Amino acid sequence: MNATVAPPRANSRRMSAAERRRLIWGLIFVSPWIFGFIAFTVYPMIQSLLISFTRYDLLRPPVPIGLANYTELFTDDPNFGKVVYNTFYYVLLSAPLGVVSAFLMAALLNTKIVMRSSFRGIFFFPAIVPAVVTATIWQFLLNSQYGAVNSTLQALGMPIIPFLSNPDLIKPTFILIHVWAQGGAILIFLAALQDVPRSLYEAAEIDGAGYWKRFWNITMPMCTPAILYNMVTSFIVGFQVFTLPYLLVGVNGGPERAGQMYAALLYDNAFRFLRMGKASALAWVLFIVIMFFTIVLFRTSARWVYYGGSDDR
Amino acid sequence: MIANPPSPADEIKQARRKATLGEVIIDVLKYAVLIVLAFSFVLPFIWMVLSALKDDPQVYTIPPVWIPNPAFWENFPKAWSQYDFTRFTFNSVFLYGLPVTIGVTLSSSFIAYGFSRVKWPGRDLLFGIVLATLMIPYAVTMVPLFIIWKNLGLINSYWPLVIPAFFGSAYGIFLLRQFYLTIPQELSEAARIDGAGELGIWWRIILPLAKPALTVVALFTFIGTWNDYLAPLIYISKTELYPVALGVNLLRIAVGATGTPANIYPYLMAVSTIVTVPVIILFYFAQRTFIEGVTTTGLKG
Repeated sequence: MNATVAPPRANSRRMSAAERRRLIWGLIFVSPWIFGFIAFTVYPMIQSLLISFTRYDLLRPPVPIGLANYTELFTDDPNFGKVVYNTFYYVLLSAPLGVVSAFLMAALLNTKIVMRSSFRGIFFFPAIVPAVVTATIWQFLLNSQYGAVNSTLQALGMPIIPFLSNPDLIKPTFILIHVWAQGGAILIFLAALQDVPRSLYEAAEIDGAGYWKRFWNITMPMCTPAILYNMVTSFIVGFQVFTLPYLLVGVNGGPERAGQMYAALLYDNAFRFLRMGKASALAWVLFIVIMFFTIVLFRTSARWVYYGGSDDR
Repeated sequence: MIANPPSPADEIKQARRKATLGEVIIDVLKYAVLIVLAFSFVLPFIWMVLSALKDDPQVYTIPPVWIPNPAFWENFPKAWSQYDFTRFTFNSVFLYGLPVTIGVTLSSSFIAYGFSRVKWPGRDLLFGIVLATLMIPYAVTMVPLFIIWKNLGLINSYWPLVIPAFFGSAYGIFLLRQFYLTIPQELSEAARIDGAGELGIWWRIILPLAKPALTVVALFTFIGTWNDYLAPLIYISKTELYPVALGVNLLRIAVGATGTPANIYPYLMAVSTIVTVPVIILFYFAQRTFIEGVTTTGLKG
């Protein structure tokens, strides 16, 4: 971040040979990224924005239609409202629940326990299993007729739970599976917890602070940067969630489209209906929503994130 | 558990050792919660493996049977030959996983050098943009990129997934930059005095030192491709080019369809097991690397 406060006389004309050499080598090294950024991010983004103002089916040339794709989304597409509701429902519950449960599990792993690394491995593992396997297993376990969970309930004389066939239960089931696979967040929290200087706890203990007091006044504040990081990632990833819901309840999101996520509608429009214009409009709306939430999280973070940690980076 | 009301003497005794008793109770609770949680993470996978060894009658029994009896070990080879899973595995590893892993690791290590080992004006600002790209949803570039690759005639090949890998990944660049920053600058200075060029320093000094970080990037990239579903779904529609993830889905689709072969669920679980095994092996042998990778990206920002 020092680049912006460089003294004014250090412009390119006054550069020493060594400085020029460093600039040239620096640019040589980052040039693949610059090329990739332009070719695979900037150019496609501009194209995507332009396509969003057209009707385009890949077969005929794009026809400019102004804002029609956007107005269609907001006024003439019942599925849009549905997937927006589903996705917000999913993100606004799964992100906080996932972060809180991951934090609690990390705190548990951080206490004095035997076989910590084995437990840590087990807690992390669901996070790196292929999504298609996760979906297959859960679909099998939760099936209302012969899934292990429901046949156990049946054998116990209890009513079955139609996890993936009742519209009201589909999204909670997604959230449950999301929380189940929070291994990455657990590891990040665990590392943050281990970074808290021992001296803080010792000082608090001398002052007579009990476990909960120490947890609330030391552990929590010291972990707020990790909470922010996991929260932001959960939001960014959550708004784009595709594979698991798509595999669990199919392209149309199961009964009443209760499980259709935003990204699935987008995929459908692009690759099933070949409506590239509408898909691009959907993508830009998504981008703006993600940007909005990321900025809000970062802006409010000044109030609740504590950056006085062990070292200033 | 406590049957008799405690006598006064007992109470005094308990009060004296209250701290330790409280600790014991907390310990018991702690391990109870830990074990319940651990089971909830492992049980679905155990169920997967056990179900792979059953036949249809055992799968559809109520209440569910845990231990397959008899166990049908032949389900594994039978399931594997329902589709050309050997081919899918070959595609996943040699057409997708390895090229992408080599591309991402090599290019990110090169790019990260420019973001950490050489100081030049505008460097940190540009690095901020690298990080900001993590916020851009896949969907915003998905459609135009598909059109570009289609116009180049590269749909139904792995090139659309492999070529971009050679221009660095934000995640890989970030992680390697963090690692490079911890290598003392004096090493580079000494090499420069000895007349080494920047390319030589990167290749001969920094890369060998960065092996642990390179392993992290390579491992995560490879697992990412092995697990990836969406990108191949978009670009690969020919069955013989499928990666394993799409291959597994062929079996999943067969579950609901008419004319489904017997034992489809055991087969599906058998294939899921086989597909998960490489992840388990990699994870088992590189647990530390995994943990390092996750925590570096999460914290050292």
